[in-house]
Amino acid sequence: MQHHHLTASEWDTLAKDPEFLALLRARRRFIVPSTIFVLVFYLALPVGVAFAPELMNQPVLESLTIANLYGFTLFLVAWVLLAVYMREARSFDDRAQALVDRLTAELAK
Amino acid sequence: MTQATLVMFAIFVAMALVITYWAAGRSTSRHGFYTAHREISGVQNGWAIAGDYMSATSFLGITGLIAFYGFDGFMYSIGWLVAYLTVLFLLAEPLRNTGRYTVADVIAFRLRGRGVRAIAACTTLIITIFYMVAQMVGAGSLINLLVQRISETYAIVIVGLIMLIYVLYGGMLATTWVQIIKAALLLAASIALSVLVFAHFHFSPFALRDAAMSANVDGRSVDLLHTGLFFSGPLGGLDFISLGLALVLGTAGLPHVLMRFFTVPTARSARLSVGWAMGLIGAFYLLTTIMGLGAGTIVGQHDIGKHLRDTQAIRYIIRHPETAAQLNAELTQNGYIVPERNSNLAAPLLADKLGGPLLTAFVAAVAFATILAVVAGLTIAAASAFAHDIWYSLVRSGAGTEQEHIFVARTAALVVGFASIVLSVGLRTFNVAFLVGLAFAVAASTNAPALILSLTWRRFSRTGAICGMLAGLISSLVLVAISPNFMGDHAIFPLRNPGLVSIPLGFLAAILGTLIARDPESEAMFNQLQVRANTGIGAEV
Repeated sequence: MQHHHLTASEWDTLAKDPEFLALLRARRRFIVPSTIFVLVFYLALPVGVAFAPELMNQPVLESLTIANLYGFTLFLVAWVLLAVYMREARSFDDRAQALVDRLTAELAK
Repeated sequence: MTQATLVMFAIFVAMALVITYWAAGRSTSRHGFYTAHREISGVQNGWAIAGDYMSATSFLGITGLIAFYGFDGFMYSIGWLVAYLTVLFLLAEPLRNTGRYTVADVIAFRLRGRGVRAIAACTTLIITIFYMVAQMVGAGSLINLLVQRISETYAIVIVGLIMLIYVLYGGMLATTWVQIIKAALLLAASIALSVLVFAHFHFSPFALRDAAMSANVDGRSVDLLHTGLFFSGPLGGLDFISLGLALVLGTAGLPHVLMRFFTVPTARSARLSVGWAMGLIGAFYLLTTIMGLGAGTIVGQHDIGKHLRDTQAIRYIIRHPETAAQLNAELTQNGYIVPERNSNLAAPLLADKLGGPLLTAFVAAVAFATILAVVAGLTIAAASAFAHDIWYSLVRSGAGTEQEHIFVARTAALVVGFASIVLSVGLRTFNVAFLVGLAFAVAASTNAPALILSLTWRRFSRTGAICGMLAGLISSLVLVAISPNFMGDHAIFPLRNPGLVSIPLGFLAAILGTLIARDPESEAMFNQLQVRANTGIGAEV
């Protein structure tokens, strides 16, 4: 579907559409906290290694250290967050598609 | 081993050429050349993105780092995997929805003006050239180490020329398929090696762990599970944080990876490609960990390096009389000497030890294939920055025929290819491994802030984008020039990676620049960008 012909005011109207704003808010509610969580959770590892190496090298489980387990947890967390986002995003897709369909119908009138 | 390696590599090159022949007819327009007509599926693109990440730096470099430095090497893998979440959440879908051919297209979507695009194109060129030189110099020394008859210069020239043939004729379509095939071969080689490592330890992860906890280094027992082996000393920790920051934000600014989101038909498939890529990359990094620990314990760090036998070994011993006695003893004991350790050879030597000559030949051939496939993607990214951003958008202001622009695109690829061959030959004797970390730092300090802020912050202005990208670029380059990479012990800036300073500086300058000068024109375009990015309305097809 091509909409290169939309005017600036039409784009503005679309951007203020309540359904669109709701979609934006839903996306943001997921993306902002997840991104911050990932960055903080990840950076804690090098920061921990830099400032508390003895603690991070403490063996806790089957001789594996805290740093080792934290590292593997990061792998798992990355995959889990990926799976969660892939599921969430499908509903974003549906909402975006519904919006586009409604708009196409309105434009056709 | 040499012949078998060359035969397998020749088979791979032949395959790449067949793909090129098939793709050539479909790459006659800019649309085909840059984006493969946006007909790559999400799954295919996921394999290709994974292929871009399973570079020689990852396969040989990370395996070697883990073999020598254990957990500190694994840190790279974690950073690179987690980085894709940032790309997934913030960039993959908006990029597909708002971009045409290049990263600068997205940044300049609402920040219209020549300055923004020119600087974005320059950062793309700089990042890709750093990355490419690192790969090609690595290719040179690797091929020379594995197949000693081929000198470093020849190796770089051969890799560069073969790559150019299939980029020029096959464009993005051939580049993508070569990358996919290579990713599959590399994964197969890694699985085979990892299974052999496990078999060596009678399929007991505990036995592998115990061996890793008492790896033998020059007669000392070293625990590879402990951190601090690579990043040691008073500032080692800060360097570690600096690199971590560059790794986790750098992917969000790497042109050759982001460009792949322009090759898929929809935002949904862009997202799917990140999903596949993260699955494959994560699995691959777990395998490199097994291979690295295997190499560190089974081959032993003392033996990881260039092996000299017979006349070569004797010639080396004669040239080094001060250590002749020790080298002689080593030669009698092992049948070879290792004059210089080289962590890049951990994977091939592990294959040699566990799988014999045929597997070694396969691993070596896959390593060549990897370099070939990765530099191709980089060449297209650099060529499109020049041909599309600088020539088409700035010099010709969108005018000119399709024929002219595809000609410029091909010429740019040719020039970039030759320039990196010449640069790499010139730098072949330097240790350029830090260039990869630097490319990530520059990407994270320039493209990443500009892209993220442009897509999310209504007020973000042209002044902000220009300030941010310039501050990020200049600070990372200057800091590296005065870092230990160039100045050794007399370094003014103590960290090897500039990310810790240059990334916050890039973001900060972008924000300050925006607050200083308002930009109503760009603000007015934000609504349109937001609707397009989140719905896909009006996306390029």
